Amino acid sequence: MSYIAELRNVTKTFDQITALNNVNLKINDGEILALLGPNGSGKSTLLKILAFLEKPSKGEVYFWGKKVTGKNMPEMRMESTMVFQKTILFSTTVYNNVAYGLKIRKMPKIKVNEEISRALRLARLEGFEKRNAKKLSGGEQQRVALARAFALNTKLLLLDEPTANLDPKNVSIIEEVISTANRELKTTIVIATHNMFQAKNLPHRIALINDGKISEVGMPAEIFGRFSKTLASFAALENTFAGNAKIMEDDTTLVDIGNGVHLVTATQSSGQVSVFVSPEDIILSKDLVVSSARNVFKGRIVGVSDFGSIVRLKIDVGKQFVVQITKRSFNEMQLNVGSEVYMAFKASSVHLV
Amino acid sequence: MLLALKNFPGKFLIKGFFSTLIGIPTVALGLILYLIFSKGGPLGILNILYTPTAIIIGEAILVTPIVVSFATTAIEAVDRDIMNLAKTLGASEAQASIAVLKEALNGVFLAGIASFNRAIAELGVAILVGGGIVGWTEVLTTGIELETARGNLEVAIALGIILLTLVFGINLAVNLFQRRRK
Repeated sequence: MSYIAELRNVTKTFDQITALNNVNLKINDGEILALLGPNGSGKSTLLKILAFLEKPSKGEVYFWGKKVTGKNMPEMRMESTMVFQKTILFSTTVYNNVAYGLKIRKMPKIKVNEEISRALRLARLEGFEKRNAKKLSGGEQQRVALARAFALNTKLLLLDEPTANLDPKNVSIIEEVISTANRELKTTIVIATHNMFQAKNLPHRIALINDGKISEVGMPAEIFGRFSKTLASFAALENTFAGNAKIMEDDTTLVDIGNGVHLVTATQSSGQVSVFVSPEDIILSKDLVVSSARNVFKGRIVGVSDFGSIVRLKIDVGKQFVVQITKRSFNEMQLNVGSEVYMAFKASSVHLV
Repeated sequence: MLLALKNFPGKFLIKGFFSTLIGIPTVALGLILYLIFSKGGPLGILNILYTPTAIIIGEAILVTPIVVSFATTAIEAVDRDIMNLAKTLGASEAQASIAVLKEALNGVFLAGIASFNRAIAELGVAILVGGGIVGWTEVLTTGIELETARGNLEVAIALGIILLTLVFGINLAVNLFQRRRK
């Protein structure tokens, strides 16, 4: 198999901070590689180096076997494009946003129109050409950003947390778009994520990154099959907990994740496991409500982050959980830091990883 | 552009200097320029006092701080990542800078229109360095002043209406144009 890009002993420092520390990584042609690690682990910096937007402080980057230098960086940039975590759009129409890179490449107008239609179809944004990009919903805006990157047909596509802070419907559309692009256009994709579930299902390979270092690289089955070594890396990810599993009489599994918190999962397993609960699968209520959810906890809100139509809450129930709800529910329930809430989720929402 | 995108020592001093000058009284600037351009002044040799050239130079100096301050603020308000975005889509440094400038276009327009309004409506500089010589360095504002002083109120009012119409008309046109862009 040939490598599309390779990092050799790459270190990147910003002032006093070391963002990447002696990273070695090979990216195979045609694969989807997930960079899995907590916030601030160096994922974005690594992607910016692969997008040739940042130069390593030390070490070398190769693209198609050719060494990347300050001189050939602009040329290399034509073959690699990045979609940023924060959606950035030009203040103009969807059409002009997607056309930008194509016009830079001096593509004839007819071809530009063709590519734009194709990219918008892929991102399920047909008919959005004349809309003002900045007036779309959060999910639609991120899909415009994806379409703008896809339209360029670059060999390498870098996605920085493309589904962070989006609602489940947009997340599944975007995940599908990524798979399709990789399968049909043979685009090599590197995707940064801190979502365990995404890392398990989307990529061919995973690189675990923590504190600017890559601790392990392998296929999802290998990575998720080797808990002991990677537990430390996983523990820093949101809603991911290490614990001891025990099969119960009703064929469910009870996982003790410490601090008196026990999770019920529908999958059977025993011994040391890691579990993950998707932040959008958790239901919040102010009072205890009777429901079919097997996991119910009382806790206190310890953090609130506003992402437009979506609000992410940190809830301490003995262990900290991240819960994602709509802004509307957040306002209607009059929640704030310190509020006491009940958190409920089904046994089937607890994924063993 | 440079002032907005690059960081260098003393940047805040330059920005402070320009934003202070926005409010300079036009009469004061006119007087300073009069002293500079008059026969005994440092640039008296150019012999441009009471010429249209002097008025143009004066008005340009008057609006420079407005243009610099408004445009810098507008460009600074553009998301820093626009530069990276343009580059990752294939733009060169120069093309990426143009992309940033385009995002700041509304602010740059505002700088233009504010400058125009200030320059066309002011009297101090025009009369001190232009002299308001009929048929030579007379502008709308000096004309209004002159005709009023002479007691030709009808002419003064007519000139006033022309001035107001001009200012309103151009502001309206720019507003409509901006609205269409959105």
